[in-house]
Amino acid sequence: MLTKIPEFNFLKATSVDEALRLIATHSNYKLLAGGTDLLMDLRIGRYKPEVVIDISKVMELKYIKDLGDKIAIGSLTTLQEVLESPVVRGKAPVLVEAVSNMASWQIRNMATLGGNLCNASPAADTAPPLMVLNASLKLRSLSKGERVVNVNEFFLGPRQTVLEKGEMLTEVEIPYVKDAGQSYLKLGRRNAFTLSIVSVASLVKVEDGRFKEVRVALNSVAPTPVRARSVEQALIGKEVSYEAVVKASNEVIHDISPISDVRASAEYRRKVSIVLVRDSILKSLSGLGINVR
Amino acid sequence: MKVSFKLNGKNVVIDVNPNEVLLDTLRLKLGVKSVKRGCERGECGVCTVLMNGKPVYSCMVLTPQADGAEIETVEYLQGKEEVKALIDSFVKHGAIQCGYCTPGFIVTAYALIKAKQNGLTKEDVIKGLEGNLCRCTGYKKILEAVINALNQLET
Repeated sequence: MLTKIPEFNFLKATSVDEALRLIATHSNYKLLAGGTDLLMDLRIGRYKPEVVIDISKVMELKYIKDLGDKIAIGSLTTLQEVLESPVVRGKAPVLVEAVSNMASWQIRNMATLGGNLCNASPAADTAPPLMVLNASLKLRSLSKGERVVNVNEFFLGPRQTVLEKGEMLTEVEIPYVKDAGQSYLKLGRRNAFTLSIVSVASLVKVEDGRFKEVRVALNSVAPTPVRARSVEQALIGKEVSYEAVVKASNEVIHDISPISDVRASAEYRRKVSIVLVRDSILKSLSGLGINVR
Repeated sequence: MKVSFKLNGKNVVIDVNPNEVLLDTLRLKLGVKSVKRGCERGECGVCTVLMNGKPVYSCMVLTPQADGAEIETVEYLQGKEEVKALIDSFVKHGAIQCGYCTPGFIVTAYALIKAKQNGLTKEDVIKGLEGNLCRCTGYKKILEAVINALNQLET
């Protein structure tokens, strides 16, 4: 149920250092990046912070840099900025595909890449593409300095991450992947402006007609976004064929544990996960010019 | 707390509660009534305003976040050539029934025209307007109105 946004103290940080100092001194705080998730969570009473720390004006965390062998994206870069970036489109098309299907223009103008990750919704749409891209996350705190965590190890549960109190995400690093086909498929209750029932990202590399590398990740089918390791293992080293993809896709049920909710039943999610994994891998293959159907 | 921003070309300094959203500040304190209250959960688009030239939902912005920003609404934008063309086209195509969603559509459509001045396709328009809901018209007329306004502006 919607209620009025409860009262809190509002503090504003204009630099990373200032933000780190503020989160080190308060215990019951929430960081406000774009606010598109936080404002709803405050309205439904999910969080009752004493302090909301506005970091939306921390300009030093708004950037997209091409570093030659990887892309570095500041955590406060908006989703619209990610979507419009030629660098991201060129090197990480699977992320652009995911972001273009997220929410609406108005939301993407506020919502940030870091916010989508740190909110840690099981339905976070930037997670599957970043997981197959093997992105690294830079986390910073006053007490521990900087540490780097792979995005595949970042999520612990619904709304839970490895982020500790006093720690914030500052950068997402996406390594270049050479000679890989990538694709993203999202199933929602309608085509536009919708939450995922299931979405799937995949990345494949093929050498001498065999799967050299396969990475598949899904959201909305487990407490966190997940990698489909069973599917990946069933394909690596195998000869590329339609039958192999179909057979391996069935394995996804071992990687997921969907629940029933307002968007879909668990049973439906299991069934469409298989189909979406299959289609995503086939689409990634066709990105490499391999059409096996 | 004190917040200052530029509203429709004029500087505003106003005392607000930290938990106040821009929608409420605009409607209840500053008398900007083109900005409508709808879902209050960032889905329907009737409260769309421009913040630093970009369309955002004013129900999803805490007013303190707007500190230092430039906010524009239909009250001000109606003086612009593009918005005049949009309004004329909405009327001509009957893209209005109850009218509640119209200011939001006009603001978003204007931003769309400004963002991609050359080469807006029908798909761009559909994609750009996906965050604005209309419960009366079925979108076809709105789409026609925006595309027609575009064509008119280009010639």
